[in-house]
Amino acid sequence: MNMTYFRPIAAIVLRYFYLLRGSPARLLPLFAWVAVDILLWGFITRYLNTVTSSGLNFVLSLLGAVLLWDFFTRVMHGVAMAFFEDVWSRNFLNIFATPLSISQYLTGLVITSISTSLIGLIVMLVLATTVFGLSFFAYGAMLFPFLLVLFLFGISLGIFGCAVVLRLGPASEWLVWPIPALISPFAGVFYPLSTLPQWMRFFSGLLPPAYVFEGMRKIVAGGTASGTSLAWGGCLAVVYILLACWFFTRVYRHAERTGLIARYSAETLS
Amino acid sequence: MAFSMSDVLSVTKLRKAFGDTVAVDGISFEVGRDEIVGLLGPNGAGKTTTINMILGVVQPSSGTIRVEGVDLAAHRSQALERTNFAAVYSPLPGNLTVYQNLRIFGLIYGTEDLSERIEALLKQFDLGTFRDKKCGVLSSGEQTRVALAKAMLNHPHLLLLDEPTASLDPAVARDIRTRIRGYAAQGAGGVLWTSHNMHEVQDVCDRVLFLSHGRILLQGNPRTLPGEHGKETLEDLFIAVAREPLTLERA
Repeated sequence: MNMTYFRPIAAIVLRYFYLLRGSPARLLPLFAWVAVDILLWGFITRYLNTVTSSGLNFVLSLLGAVLLWDFFTRVMHGVAMAFFEDVWSRNFLNIFATPLSISQYLTGLVITSISTSLIGLIVMLVLATTVFGLSFFAYGAMLFPFLLVLFLFGISLGIFGCAVVLRLGPASEWLVWPIPALISPFAGVFYPLSTLPQWMRFFSGLLPPAYVFEGMRKIVAGGTASGTSLAWGGCLAVVYILLACWFFTRVYRHAERTGLIARYSAETLS
Repeated sequence: MAFSMSDVLSVTKLRKAFGDTVAVDGISFEVGRDEIVGLLGPNGAGKTTTINMILGVVQPSSGTIRVEGVDLAAHRSQALERTNFAAVYSPLPGNLTVYQNLRIFGLIYGTEDLSERIEALLKQFDLGTFRDKKCGVLSSGEQTRVALAKAMLNHPHLLLLDEPTASLDPAVARDIRTRIRGYAAQGAGGVLWTSHNMHEVQDVCDRVLFLSHGRILLQGNPRTLPGEHGKETLEDLFIAVAREPLTLERA
């Protein structure tokens, strides 16, 4: 693999940078909504710390959870947003009738998402630390695997979302945005998994974020997060990325067979 | 059908069916180097499906497509590195400037010395004044020139043009034709051109293929072909192909 392999990938990333540069409507959501979330939950946790006598540090458990969950959401939406730019500008024919391979295209979407989600993460970290005193040092070295697992799972769901929209048409983007909200009850973002009924816990076991948030709560409670459990969550996330790439490729091949890429605005060919 | 070194495109027994509907029915043709070939036919004849298959965005049901001998199905990226296209129904993203679009597609096509190439194309297509304008605010003629500049980025050996002059005024259309002829005259590669403007086809194309119901009914020199089939003009022949394809097929 030589440098020429990376030039088309750079093109996908550069395209989004160009769009960001000239568009406050794209730039603002990268940090504004997560900042609002941190402010909202920051004040809620501050209030809860004053009215409860449980001894639990809500800043670390709740605000930390909100921050990690928002990071995961930003990663997923980052991949989807970069893809939707091609949907909105009806650019499929131009982009796919080139030497660009599917792996290059998806890598470009992922790198775009890394850049955009990092902006959100930095803003959240600064706000949570300076305004509400959230210290991520409290999570110790586990913070990095936490972020990594959430990042990997966000990427997998982002690619899955792109495949869904490629298959079902532009209007189906509204099925993709709420995916994080759909899985959050199962992921145990704000409560231990033991709170959930057995059938829900089964699905939790399949969700990498569940391992992150269980680990986080253990650390907040003064214990240690299970490395094995987190590694399992990481492995699951990697498997989901592979599955999402496979699914995207299958959907793309179907679109090639049916001619949908060339007539994407029609949504279906029936 | 043997591939000749002088061919930039070789299409063999190409077929595409969408369910029960056969859009392209086993066509074979070549485009030679420096040759401009017109792909003609009524709406729904299979022209755009053929072009989309050559561009790798529609998978053929059967048959092969070779660009300079490279099998598109087996080596998609290598085949498409030598190809480019402009189509009236596929404008470049309107939310990016002319320069940004050319830069992005130049990177995707792996164009060497990209900055110099972009400057040369901006000059060649009189796009210098629109360099930092978003494509969405340009007129149809200007957008077509941008699409053509994009299509030339990688010095394509095979250029596919799907109705490049549709919706353009006669002066702009003539300007576009001149540029395409200039490209072919440089010996850079071959052109496959679709158009519904028969005067334009007669003016530009070295050879035409008449497509009807996914099959090639006739082919030949657009200046002599009408006479060979008892028609006065290419337009008359086109109308005959559109209305009475079976009569012509038997002839």
